[in-house]
Amino acid sequence: MAGVLVFCETKDGRLKKASREALTLARKLAAAAGGDVAGFATERQVAPDAGAFGAKTLYVANAGAYNSETYAAAMQAAVARMQPAIVLFGGTANGRDLAPRLAARLNAGVASDVDRLEWSNGTLRARRPVYSGKALATVDVSGSPAIATTRPNAFPAEQAGATAASIVEITAPAESKAKLVETKTPEAGELSIAEADIIVAGGRGLKEAANFSLIRDLAHALGGAVGASRATVDAGWIDHQHQVGQTGRVVSPNLYIAVGISGAIQHLAGMSSSKHIVAINKDPEAPIFRVADLGVVGDLFQVVPALTAEVKKAKTQ
Amino acid sequence: MNSVVCIAQVPDTEARIKIAAGGRQIDESGLKFIVSPYDEYALEEAIRLKDSKGGDVTVVSFGPDRVQQALRECLARGATRALHIKGDVAAADSLGIARVLAAAIRSIPHDFVFFGKQGVGTDNSLVGPMAAELLGYPQINIVTHIEYGEGKVTAHREIEGAEEVIEAALPAVITAQKGLNEPRYASLKGIMAAKKIAIETKSVADLGLQDSDIFNQRVTIVSLELPPEKSGGRKIDGADAAAAAKEIVKYIREEAKAL
Repeated sequence: MAGVLVFCETKDGRLKKASREALTLARKLAAAAGGDVAGFATERQVAPDAGAFGAKTLYVANAGAYNSETYAAAMQAAVARMQPAIVLFGGTANGRDLAPRLAARLNAGVASDVDRLEWSNGTLRARRPVYSGKALATVDVSGSPAIATTRPNAFPAEQAGATAASIVEITAPAESKAKLVETKTPEAGELSIAEADIIVAGGRGLKEAANFSLIRDLAHALGGAVGASRATVDAGWIDHQHQVGQTGRVVSPNLYIAVGISGAIQHLAGMSSSKHIVAINKDPEAPIFRVADLGVVGDLFQVVPALTAEVKKAKTQ
Repeated sequence: MNSVVCIAQVPDTEARIKIAAGGRQIDESGLKFIVSPYDEYALEEAIRLKDSKGGDVTVVSFGPDRVQQALRECLARGATRALHIKGDVAAADSLGIARVLAAAIRSIPHDFVFFGKQGVGTDNSLVGPMAAELLGYPQINIVTHIEYGEGKVTAHREIEGAEEVIEAALPAVITAQKGLNEPRYASLKGIMAAKKIAIETKSVADLGLQDSDIFNQRVTIVSLELPPEKSGGRKIDGADAAAAAKEIVKYIREEAKAL
């Protein structure tokens, strides 16, 4: 039992960012635990990309579109072949759908949504935020393989070289009791908060749904995603996919701009691990300022349009 | 159509978390417990299905005696049966919990198995899909919309920036996301009716499981701590919006390096 197997998830024939992050982390773990890094994919064409981020071998199953049952069976076949000590998944919707299914097949333990991971004395040790980040748990995953899903953006992806991974074909039973009917992309080009590097989030200070356009304009200018507080989602101003915090999504982007968000405990729990936080709020006592690196006490209806204009200006310079 | 809804009882999301002596668990003293919020969407879906197509809604929870209060709450909202599996849920990892629930589910007639997409607090999002695998059922995870067909179900599943429409044969495991429906409150009539329903209790052994199947943890908590307190950074006056905007752009460019 040695090495690290990584779920190499693809979109439009390219390796997803979360998978690149997981491969980068896998290199560090393999250096400590011994063995090589390998990938599991369903498309051969990602072999160069997987290799660039550290996979020596790419186990490829001709499994078609994502399906939890067929992918779990195929990945189990790859595990049987490779006998890895660790299996990693980027914490995407599919990664988090598949990891527990595979774990149940392998009688393996899973640490979910980890933001630190190391190999210590033959055990996989993970740190993971719990209670939406109100506490941090350190857990040991014993048994082989030990499985973890990584929090998006927590482990920066770094390229390793330029050698393509060598392909090993995997065959596995393709039976499933479920099938994909269609994929709906509702708002074209809109970024998901799950993987975004920049999030601009709006709160009740926006006063009404229509004013989310201020948030969208700023997010668009920065190339970021639109986030929202629970109050605005509950009021029906914006779809739940945008909600940050407990009962929404816990995020840790490079830059988080909170606009008109006072900072309820559930919201703070969901975003305070962001690397850079800017808050714009008219109430100088708002709790959001306690976690903000840069706080602006002012009228968002004045500051945000000015900021959007300034960002656009900076981009053209 | 019969449904089983698996319920986790969790600390109130408004609660401040304190770490218990020993540094491995939260301090439960004075803590208010609630039905995990995502489980409320799961329960509501099952009740609506029962109201339109008949059948039973059985709520199941694995945990100490206090989970009976959560089950009682679910009965008051419209569940028709409740099963409490007694045991120290904190001493089991997700796979152990999934084994208990899968065994409990097998003991109840069902077409659908509903979970919340995660237990709020431990935030693992593992038990539903693990139970699906143990039962040999298809899963549709993080569901925001469901349509019921003959012997099948079609559901919308949330992925990054899009939704997948998945069709699954029954029985199936569905995990509920916020937005699936608007959970009802318990009515006074419901609360009175719920009092007449006995909560069935079973032990892990009653389900034909050994303690070693459940409590041999693969995942163990080494320590639990509070995150470092942030003191807050620089605060500037935004009365001059243009000047404030320049200051923010400078920060984004120089500190966050995002421009």
